[in-house]
Amino acid sequence: MDRLLPLIVVVPLLGAAVLVAAGRHAPRPVAEAVAGLAAAASAGLAVAALAGPPGVSWVGAWRPQGGHSVGIVLVGDRIGLGLAALTSLLVVAVLAYSWRYFDEPPHGHGGAFPALVLLFQAGMCGFALTGDLFDAFVFFELMGVVGYALTGYRVEEARPVQGALVFGFVNSLGGYATLLGIGLLYARTGELGMAQVGRELDEAAGAAGHGADALVVAAFVLVLTGLLVKAAAVPFHFWLPDTHAVAPTPVCMLLSGVMVEMGGYGAARVWTTVFAGPGGVPAAGARRTLLVLGVASALVGALMCWQQRHVKRLLAFSTVAHTGLFLTGIALLTPHGVAGTALYVLGHAGAKAALFACTGILLDRHGSVDECELHGKGRDTPFTGLLFAAGGLALAGLPPFGTGLGKALVEEQSPWLPALFVLVSAVTGGAVLRVGARVFLGAGQAGREDDEGPETAGGEEEPETGRRVRRPPVPMVTVAALLLAASLAVGTVPALTGAVTAAAEAFTDHAGYAAAVLDGGPAGRPEGPYDWWTWTGAGLGLLSAALAVALAARSVGLSSRAVPWSAPLRRLHSGHVGDYVAWTVAGIGLVSLLALW
Amino acid sequence: MSLLPYLTAGWIFLVGVHGIATSRNLVHAVGCLAVTQSSTYVLLLAVGYRKGATAPVFSDLPTDAPVVDPVVQALALTDVVVGATVTALLLALVVQTAKRHGTVDPDELSELKG
Repeated sequence: MDRLLPLIVVVPLLGAAVLVAAGRHAPRPVAEAVAGLAAAASAGLAVAALAGPPGVSWVGAWRPQGGHSVGIVLVGDRIGLGLAALTSLLVVAVLAYSWRYFDEPPHGHGGAFPALVLLFQAGMCGFALTGDLFDAFVFFELMGVVGYALTGYRVEEARPVQGALVFGFVNSLGGYATLLGIGLLYARTGELGMAQVGRELDEAAGAAGHGADALVVAAFVLVLTGLLVKAAAVPFHFWLPDTHAVAPTPVCMLLSGVMVEMGGYGAARVWTTVFAGPGGVPAAGARRTLLVLGVASALVGALMCWQQRHVKRLLAFSTVAHTGLFLTGIALLTPHGVAGTALYVLGHAGAKAALFACTGILLDRHGSVDECELHGKGRDTPFTGLLFAAGGLALAGLPPFGTGLGKALVEEQSPWLPALFVLVSAVTGGAVLRVGARVFLGAGQAGREDDEGPETAGGEEEPETGRRVRRPPVPMVTVAALLLAASLAVGTVPALTGAVTAAAEAFTDHAGYAAAVLDGGPAGRPEGPYDWWTWTGAGLGLLSAALAVALAARSVGLSSRAVPWSAPLRRLHSGHVGDYVAWTVAGIGLVSLLALW
Repeated sequence: MSLLPYLTAGWIFLVGVHGIATSRNLVHAVGCLAVTQSSTYVLLLAVGYRKGATAPVFSDLPTDAPVVDPVVQALALTDVVVGATVTALLLALVVQTAKRHGTVDPDELSELKG
């Protein structure tokens, strides 16, 4: 099975190469079938690898000699493989969603869009599986560059190119900071593999008799910066709403569903494998960094989410809020925190992608993603409305959705966490339900609103189907329904929780990872006892869902969504590249303070 | 080991960032991003430098000759490829921005806010 690990990355790359070479001559259904096959093959390989024992693959058989290696390693541990499987399955869903209906300019270049999606998949799967810091940077940049291209895919329109530029500047800057950090680690240890760097740091600390010095902390801060930019943690998050609001809907499903979560995964992976030992960064510093940024992201995201009228931008801010919750879960640095977060990510990917899918249907039918303009327009499509409402309730953490289970498992780790999780999921879910009630039920007052200061409206958008469709296309609705069903399955299959808990135990084991990669020790743990739904967890999930419904019901009749004292915060989201870059640098300073203090 | 190359790398990074943050022209900003990236080249090459050593090509050298670290050179080369891709893509997006918005001044791009 170990030999098959590279194929998870190689198959989509090959598919993309075939599509670029031959796509111009192939009719569109053929190109899409090739892409779907490549993505599905990769998903199948990832799922098959998950079923087998965990493995390590040294590419080209450059195995370590006495704990040292210049080889490139792919590590098939459970969490990484699970993320690769999630990515591949979501890519299959996205390709099915864009099947036939999604307009793919430029015409005569059939296969360009699916080829880019496959490249994106390869970048994300590679990032999830790699055990090497420099490779992680290369895959990070691959998914970044393809992400910019996909965001600005419809280059004939004004907003997508602006969003793609912002995305490109901020993410590239973060990537370069990461590379500087990797350079510092190489200077100290002479290694690039995560396990090797971690072990060298620990041995150096053992010989010197003390822990981290300034260089290691600087490397930690710089490496973390790029990953937190990808994870859209406050104050690195500014690119995300601008990007998600303008990217094509299928791309939004991937960006929000799994790419942003890759940043959190990377931060957790680098922390546990490289910095968690005695030669790394003290756990208190790392925990404080992730916790402060996570809580700030959750609150800022929820506050901004509530005030949006542009539906895609609203969903984007809810992603900021939820990645904040994921970072909070990771910050606990315990197996249970990681296990709960992993389940939360799985459930969130299904729910959020389904919500974007429903929004895309609205866009294709009405040429708008504006809450006020769309008022009552969805009354003739009750099934889409039902899916949208279910997505909103899933975001709010209604049992037995996977989001609810993940939320419940993380909440039980600390007495103050339930307040944060209930508040944030109720506000984000409530915002979605408010939109659903106004658009699909026609609740509240119709009509235009006054200008409320800085905001992005969502009217006069081009439908992504070339021209407006009359009925919701069957593949789009089916994909949304299946994604929600998957999110529901995450919370109802006990075996999954058991497997995830065992995976999280192995994931947080610093020495175990190094032993598995370098010494061929046993990777992975047998499944032990695990937490499942409890009465408190389910009760808190029901509470946040009820609060979301109440918030939506109360606000649906009001003409204004603005929260009075939040105008300065809204003005900070200026869409200006220079501002965002300045915030990124300020964020590096903030992370340094939090890590050192 | 001299501290100078590391300070230089940090300085180049900050100069590039300052350029992007205050830029009034997106083409200039893309150039500044490339400057920021060159700080990574300086850092990587500084890490692998050895005094009195030569290029790591052994065809006309004895195998015990002192050479600089070839790994960082491979990293820097990969980094150059990444940088070229990013710069090319961003410049293409700037061209489209100029076509669609009629400006390359980031202060005048104000459609996405709040």
